[in-house]
Amino acid sequence: MVQYTKARLDASFAALSDATRRGVLEQLGRADASITDLAEKFHMTLTGMKKHVGVLEQAGLVTTEKIGRVRTCRLGLRRLEQEAAWIETYRQLWEARFDALDQVVEELKAKEKADARKKRE
Amino acid sequence: MKNETTVERKSERELVVTRTFNGPARIVFEAWTKPELLKRWWAPKSFGISFVSCEADARTGGTYRFVFSHPSSEQPMAFFGRYIEVTPHSRLVWTNEEGGDDGSVTTVTFEESGGKTLVVLHDLYPTKEALDAAIASQSTSGFDETFAQLDAFLVTLR
Repeated sequence: MVQYTKARLDASFAALSDATRRGVLEQLGRADASITDLAEKFHMTLTGMKKHVGVLEQAGLVTTEKIGRVRTCRLGLRRLEQEAAWIETYRQLWEARFDALDQVVEELKAKEKADARKKRE
Repeated sequence: MKNETTVERKSERELVVTRTFNGPARIVFEAWTKPELLKRWWAPKSFGISFVSCEADARTGGTYRFVFSHPSSEQPMAFFGRYIEVTPHSRLVWTNEEGGDDGSVTTVTFEESGGKTLVVLHDLYPTKEALDAAIASQSTSGFDETFAQLDAFLVTLR
């Protein structure tokens, strides 16, 4: 997790080191946009903008979705990573509970056995 | 040997937890429905949570109220709701009402086979947004703290 986070941060800061990419984030902060929109706004070729968006996407800062022939970009904010981390915490909570429940089940089983023995005597 | 606990986001508004216990369903079910037994496992020590009080009237239409304390919170936290269905040794359904209308409905099934019991817990949220919000508001792991700085920076861009 630590390793992963560090790599993520490096990618994020590298992505932010470029003025155009910071501009793209600023733009997407106002509204979602297609790659074509962004290319026009920043006076760039489609290929050039695709590269920038690719870097932002790899850093988890932007997500893109292709609907028909248009690829729409929006601020990513690492929703998927956040969800994965939350689900792992949720799993750990249940695992901790269930480990304690194992103990309770063992004790109840032992008690049931002892009671049955007593009844027979 | 410890049995595995799995969690899956089954759909946009549903989480599913599964675990097998080495005991018959009637015993596992008892541990889920008697307050004095619930108290012993529901608040895991490793999470720093402890029970302040534990009330559970596990009958269809009955209510429950769990109050916990945690070192990071001055106020105790209360979790409450009502049992929609209680079928001995096989099925439990309850509401989670502490969060208002966006709370989930929890269904737990107990399936016995060869002296072991498979427990499957479903947490079903009313909408996708409600589950997303639960995830967003409770993401308090160290992972997110690491990103706090970056988030602060991103906010200035907006």
